[in-house]
Amino acid sequence: MAILVIIIPIVAFLVLGAVATVLFGWLLPTLAAQVSWLSWVGSSWFLALIKSVFVILGLVMPLAGVLTWMERRQSAMMQDRLGPNRAYVEVMGHQVRAFGLMHFVADAMKMLFKEDFIPAKANRFLFSLAPILAISPVFIVFGIVPWGSGVCPGALTNTIATEQLRQCIGGPTVPAAGIPFQVVNLEVGLLFYFAIASLAVYGTTLAGWASYNKWSLLGGLRASSQMMSYEVTMGLSILGAFLVYGTLEPMQIVLAQGNNPLHWGIVTQPLGFILFFTAAIAETKRTPFDIPEGEPEVIGYFVEYSGLRFGMFFLAEFIEIVFISAIITTVFLGGWQLPGLEASGFGRLELPHGVVVTLQFATFAFKVFFLCWLQLMIRWTLPRMRPDQLMGFGWKKLLPASLINVLVTAFVVLMLFGGK
Amino acid sequence: MGNIQVKVVARPASFEQDMYFSAVVKGLGVTMRHFFENLFQGKSIVTVQYPEEIQPYPKRNRGLHHLTKREDGSVRCVACMCCPTACPAHCITIVAEETGNPDEKRPLIFEIDELRCVVCGLCVEACPCDAIRMDTGTHAAPVERRADAVLGKLDLMQLTKTVSAAHQGGLGGEWREQQPPIRTDHPQSPQGTPGATATSEGMHQVTHAQAVAAAGGHSSHH
Repeated sequence: MAILVIIIPIVAFLVLGAVATVLFGWLLPTLAAQVSWLSWVGSSWFLALIKSVFVILGLVMPLAGVLTWMERRQSAMMQDRLGPNRAYVEVMGHQVRAFGLMHFVADAMKMLFKEDFIPAKANRFLFSLAPILAISPVFIVFGIVPWGSGVCPGALTNTIATEQLRQCIGGPTVPAAGIPFQVVNLEVGLLFYFAIASLAVYGTTLAGWASYNKWSLLGGLRASSQMMSYEVTMGLSILGAFLVYGTLEPMQIVLAQGNNPLHWGIVTQPLGFILFFTAAIAETKRTPFDIPEGEPEVIGYFVEYSGLRFGMFFLAEFIEIVFISAIITTVFLGGWQLPGLEASGFGRLELPHGVVVTLQFATFAFKVFFLCWLQLMIRWTLPRMRPDQLMGFGWKKLLPASLINVLVTAFVVLMLFGGK
Repeated sequence: MGNIQVKVVARPASFEQDMYFSAVVKGLGVTMRHFFENLFQGKSIVTVQYPEEIQPYPKRNRGLHHLTKREDGSVRCVACMCCPTACPAHCITIVAEETGNPDEKRPLIFEIDELRCVVCGLCVEACPCDAIRMDTGTHAAPVERRADAVLGKLDLMQLTKTVSAAHQGGLGGEWREQQPPIRTDHPQSPQGTPGATATSEGMHQVTHAQAVAAAGGHSSHH
């Protein structure tokens, strides 16, 4: 029974990958080519729209929703409890409990129907704006994440060579011949991520200020100081990875890592991986870095929020977990690369292009899923830090370590490759 | 404004502790061991799935009240008002009525508000004829309306699972002469003098009809 927790995600990701492959590799190109008045279906803006809808509604939101359930069941298992398992839907007169998965549906319904309360002295405009500012950057930055290699339309059943797949994916200077599984291909890549993701701090700070509540203001201030401190470490710790791969563009980073796990970022940049992971967890404002919402001290910047506005903060946290996992997967865990899987298949075992793309999508999704699990594990293992410990840890330990990491990496890269 | 006295506590700080990392890995080891053991073997889960698994209550648990019956099935209570007097929460309401037997009353209405009850057990202590007990082994069920938590005489009598072994009271002024010898056989066998039995059999018809009328008006339909 328990092995289902591994089998079900893999099957779900494979199905989702197959859907993506058929949708982008066959359905949309065929529609664009065959139906005259649907030629706009193949245009780049429409593909980008469909891609973002697919990755947000197909992968990110379901995963974030399941994470709310996973967090409760997983923490229960760690604490020798069972966790929520009784919510059910009635199907043909039977109670289908599905291990309590219905709890997150019930939670969503509850938040939808609760009163949306705004305190009398709150700044109504900023109060309403803050949840949107908190959740939208996380969605936007998903645009740069490569969630699969890409498809060459019309070649789904053929076995194709690695060079052909590279041409289909394209690059920062080469236009893609096929459809890469990435919403936008930005040359600035991860800099865009840092630029947009740091906007999320406005959401929390404004929420704290606009609520007209001392506790939420304290929470908002704590959030802003914490997020700013840890962003420094985040940027510096990932610099080493940029030096190794020689590019900022996520798709190129994944291609540079290749399908050999020994060339992945976690092996070439172990310290960078740990530092980035730590700083990223701090960015999600979760335990052990959850001082902005430390329940026994200040309840947090969202004390005054209720209903779906609170739900947006809540969901933003979980989407951030998924996003952090996606970035770490891309930069340090080889992205969609499955060990040993070439564009033509596993070595001598040749696989059709469609199957390879499906496998690569499932690989990416499973790595993200695994990192989400690991983050929940850490969140339920470590106690909360004190604010001064948090600042000391960020500025006196993580920052020097990430600087050393950059210097050592730069030195090694210079020695090995002569700065090319 | 006085000075704030700060006492700096010297904490043992090793390099390993300062680096956090090994401690974090150690902690993760503990939680992961529990997680996987529980996930794959259900090893040390302590949760009891309540409605499906019920753990037995201790023997002297005070549960929902019940009114014990006489051998003929009529209510044992003689409406002596000891329990409402003893009750610190004032949750017992008794209205007495005539039985036709000049030595005994019986309750026309006997209601317990289980929401008010503080489960102290003083009513059971106070009862001189073992008419009220709290050994049903069940607890008050959650209700949607407050009125549903008020249990009437028939509700309380239906909860009875045990038969009282105590001697039936109400033998009249000559009870010392009429009292049967203290019995040593099985407590459920019929007891009492022929006269008393006849009286209670005759009472039974009246009691039942009146009890239905009384309970119907007070406990079932609010």
